[in-house]
Amino acid sequence: MTSSTHEGAQGPHHASGAALVALEAIGIVKRFPGVLANDDVNFDIRVGEVHTLLGENGAGKSTLASMLCGLYQPDAGRILRNGVPIQLSSPRAGLQHGIAMVHQHFRLVDRFSVAENVVLGSRDLSFKLNRAELNDAVAAVADTYGLPVDPTATVGDLSVGQRQRVEIVKALYQGAEILLLDEPTAVLVPAEVEKLFENVHAMTKTGKSVVFISHKLGEVARISDRVTVLRNGRVTGHVSSKGQADAKELARLMVGRDIDLAAQRASHPIGHEVLQIRDVSLVASGVNVLSNISFNVHEGEMVGIAGVAGNGQRELADVIAGLLSPTSGTISIGGAMSTDRGPIASRELGLAYVPEDRLGVGLVPSMSILDNLLLTRDRSVVVDRANVRPEANRLIDEFEIKANGPEHLARKLSGGNAQKVLLARELSGGRTATKLLVVCSPTRGLDVGAIETVRRLLDDARSAGQAILLISEDLDEIMSLADRVLVIYRGAIVHETPGATALLEQVGAAMAGLSQAGGA
Amino acid sequence: MNQNIWVLMTGDSVALATTLILAALGALFTERTGVLNLGVEGVLLTAAISSFIAADSSGSVWVGLIVGSLAGALLAGIHAILAVVLRANQIVSGLALVIFGTGLANYLGKPYEGKTISVKLTDMTFGPLTDIPLLGPILFEQDIITYVALAAAVFSSLYLFRTRPGLEVRATGDDPATVDAQGLMVSTIRIRYTLFGGLLMGLGGSWLMLAESAAWHQAATTNGVGWIALALVVFASWRPIRLVLGAVLFGFTLQLPYTLQAENITFIPQAFLQMVPYVATLISLIALSRPGSTNALGAPKSLGVPFVRDER
Repeated sequence: MTSSTHEGAQGPHHASGAALVALEAIGIVKRFPGVLANDDVNFDIRVGEVHTLLGENGAGKSTLASMLCGLYQPDAGRILRNGVPIQLSSPRAGLQHGIAMVHQHFRLVDRFSVAENVVLGSRDLSFKLNRAELNDAVAAVADTYGLPVDPTATVGDLSVGQRQRVEIVKALYQGAEILLLDEPTAVLVPAEVEKLFENVHAMTKTGKSVVFISHKLGEVARISDRVTVLRNGRVTGHVSSKGQADAKELARLMVGRDIDLAAQRASHPIGHEVLQIRDVSLVASGVNVLSNISFNVHEGEMVGIAGVAGNGQRELADVIAGLLSPTSGTISIGGAMSTDRGPIASRELGLAYVPEDRLGVGLVPSMSILDNLLLTRDRSVVVDRANVRPEANRLIDEFEIKANGPEHLARKLSGGNAQKVLLARELSGGRTATKLLVVCSPTRGLDVGAIETVRRLLDDARSAGQAILLISEDLDEIMSLADRVLVIYRGAIVHETPGATALLEQVGAAMAGLSQAGGA
Repeated sequence: MNQNIWVLMTGDSVALATTLILAALGALFTERTGVLNLGVEGVLLTAAISSFIAADSSGSVWVGLIVGSLAGALLAGIHAILAVVLRANQIVSGLALVIFGTGLANYLGKPYEGKTISVKLTDMTFGPLTDIPLLGPILFEQDIITYVALAAAVFSSLYLFRTRPGLEVRATGDDPATVDAQGLMVSTIRIRYTLFGGLLMGLGGSWLMLAESAAWHQAATTNGVGWIALALVVFASWRPIRLVLGAVLFGFTLQLPYTLQAENITFIPQAFLQMVPYVATLISLIALSRPGSTNALGAPKSLGVPFVRDER
């Protein structure tokens, strides 16, 4: 106990020197069954700064943040608030100490209004709700930090960016001084990221502290006052750099080796047309989801479809995969018509499909890796697992899938490994050799190491002569991989440019619907 | 048909609706926190026989009502332990509760079979108000529990939509992870309202025994009212005021065959009339189980889903 008083005395002493330390974690250890999630981690956050926790998925960032907000309790170590040791036994205790976390998966009730969500769980809420009063109070907090939200709007109707704002307003309304933002940019489009960064600066100016959790190097380098890098539950480096940390150095600390995410283009000349789309339109419940889309994808070519979420990308992928029938127009794969023939016919023509929703559409979460592979391989009545097991083992090795073996359940895989299983199944071909690969947001939510692997796998498939259609909201990914870039806006292709010479500004403007002149 | 029949029928509908309102309100509160208690029928039966025994042996309907209500809460407590604490499958647990509650009621009721109760809940009198044509007998010739049930529905609506605890109840049913992240105890809230729901169901069962039935007739005492109550919650989109309207409607269809028979009106076969509430129940339950329809109906999003923190 003597050491604790010693440490306690250090807090105020520290404060007189430089900036005040608002929260400090010393020697944090956290074990989960089979995993040492945090191993002797030290971390501190000063008043009015942005301190980033950087690390790959599974590095222990979210675990540490969860302990700082009271969701988990550390197995060892101490947490000091303003130099005083505190016990964070629950998220409520965290809030009482002015610590709030904005989770990656928003903790909002869709059916409630913004104001109802903000005040839910608030301690000083009267028994009887006065809606007008609450709306005003919520609006007042939102205005203080330049976070425009309508208190009366229903959360279910809001965009992802707006919901995140509601989460931040909720934290501030509850008196948070320290905000933990868990992967806040993962769900945002570039313009929303800028807005978020403005909000973060507005908060730190008034003395709030922000813990920014991320694995996106570019953003981290821009927003952070200090960066703490975690790898496999251990701190591998502290970088103090006031908005100009070196992304390459951060990547090395994070992954433990140098990372190459440089642009990759087709190295072989492209071949025959594999996918032909002619005047495809789709009308769903009276809305034009796709209008007159025509393009081709050739052997050994990767075509990227860029666009802001909800502009028809998902429907386009489903139409090509045979999951949706177009209202008009035709689709052919390898020269054979696949329109209206359903997903099995499309697959038999050589289509492989990596959907956006990995565990919902791509894999069956409750089945093993082996059984998921069988889905595209075996159509006999009695399944022959022994027959496919050697291949499963080979794919697990080849795709560097971290699993206990072919019997590992899909839902127990990390996001990156689930994606690798899906790619392994689709790239390796089913009953027919893969000619055309349609991939949607293949690296969303993955860490840098996994992104590198996935990109390499796609590049290899291209080199092997497969035609690839890459549909992604990650503009950087499309710009650095695609041989041709098409921009989809409100269901129509509004811009086309070769990938090697594409200009980020032009593509970005087309995505925002500002390219009528350029398209024609 | 004379005017009198309509008055009689509407009045009886309101009266029959009492059990439905109480039982369905109990189910509504339970379901609003995300717990599906399919055991209503079993709870009603156990509450009914408990109130019979208590009222008969004490000579007081009030003792009967209290004991019956507590018996309801006790049985719901079994469901709370299984479904909330042990996170068992709520459908299985609920169905087990029906079987257990029915069996327990039959066992307890063995010595009382066919016996009539010595005391009975009587209608309240409001003097001249009862003499108002049409409305008088409908509104002012009921017993106190009927008024309690109607008031409970109004208060429930205010509680759910206008108060802080109501906000927490609705949030727990929709999105328990959010409630948990706010530092509120999901399990505590769910257990509390499952018990409260059982209490309301128990009151409904006791009322059915002490005000409506003359004698204990085993499962025929409730005659499937518990299932109708469950359907009623769906029918009402989990809203108490709509629930009252639905209960009166179901109450009307329940009494219709008997009233018409008593009046010697036989142009529709009685069997068909008796079928009506159950067919309506089936339709409601089919609507509930159609994929995607629950959200449109306003069902709590986590209804029937046990809450486990941080499940990955």
